Amino acid sequence: MFAAELLVAQNIGFAVIALMMIVAALRVVTTSNVVHAALWLVVVLGGAAAQYILLAAEFVAVTQVLVYIGAVMVLFLFGTMLTRARIGAERDLNNAYWRLGIPVAGALFAAMAIALVSSFGDEQLPAEPEVTSVQQISDQIFGPYLLPFWALSFVLLAAIIGAIVLARKD
Amino acid sequence: MLTSQFLLLGAILFCIGVYGVIARKNAVLVLMSIELILNSVNINLLAFALRNGSADGHTFALYIIAVAAAEVGVGLALVLLIYRNRRSIGLDELSEMRG
Repeated sequence: MFAAELLVAQNIGFAVIALMMIVAALRVVTTSNVVHAALWLVVVLGGAAAQYILLAAEFVAVTQVLVYIGAVMVLFLFGTMLTRARIGAERDLNNAYWRLGIPVAGALFAAMAIALVSSFGDEQLPAEPEVTSVQQISDQIFGPYLLPFWALSFVLLAAIIGAIVLARKD
Repeated sequence: MLTSQFLLLGAILFCIGVYGVIARKNAVLVLMSIELILNSVNINLLAFALRNGSADGHTFALYIIAVAAAEVGVGLALVLLIYRNRRSIGLDELSEMRG
């Protein structure tokens, strides 16, 4: 009984957050103001963090909030500030052939939706999932996935040095 | 909860991101659309992690977040450099390499 009520609450939460994310994502790609696009992107990223909690992934959700909403958003707003003379609505943000994107995205979604529904149909996720602890994740990172972790460290180092070299004024 | 509801949400966000990459001319907005695509992949990975009851998906989601942060850093540095040299970040104006 309790589990069934929890499931209904989870589904309502999923629907509300998913609707919010889709509307916000559409605004990101259609708005005519770069700063507004960045702020709508915050809504999408926050909604994604909420979905991660629904998927029993607390650690990834917290990391998402810290890294994306905390750091990446500040970078985007700085980039907007440094590359534009004026803040406000702006025409000419789209390509001349932007309409081409609609059939491409629509066809891609149709293909993916058919594939997903035919392979997963109405398969249920586990109703009482085991929460993945941070210890399990760290066992994965420093155990079988150590080599990708090292590669990622070098990627981050190269990105830091590259960003400094590129953005430095000579 | 169904598995496919999360996968369909990921597919919708992915397609909106693809539309943004095709339609937008401003380089910062293209980078934002790429962030939408990376987030949809993360939703898929975590849905499969819950379905299979393993922590592999969480590990890869964290790796994707780190790669996305590196990508945004380098991408915005490139955009800044292009803006400094050309006073514009319209992607259709970068045509020096046209043969």
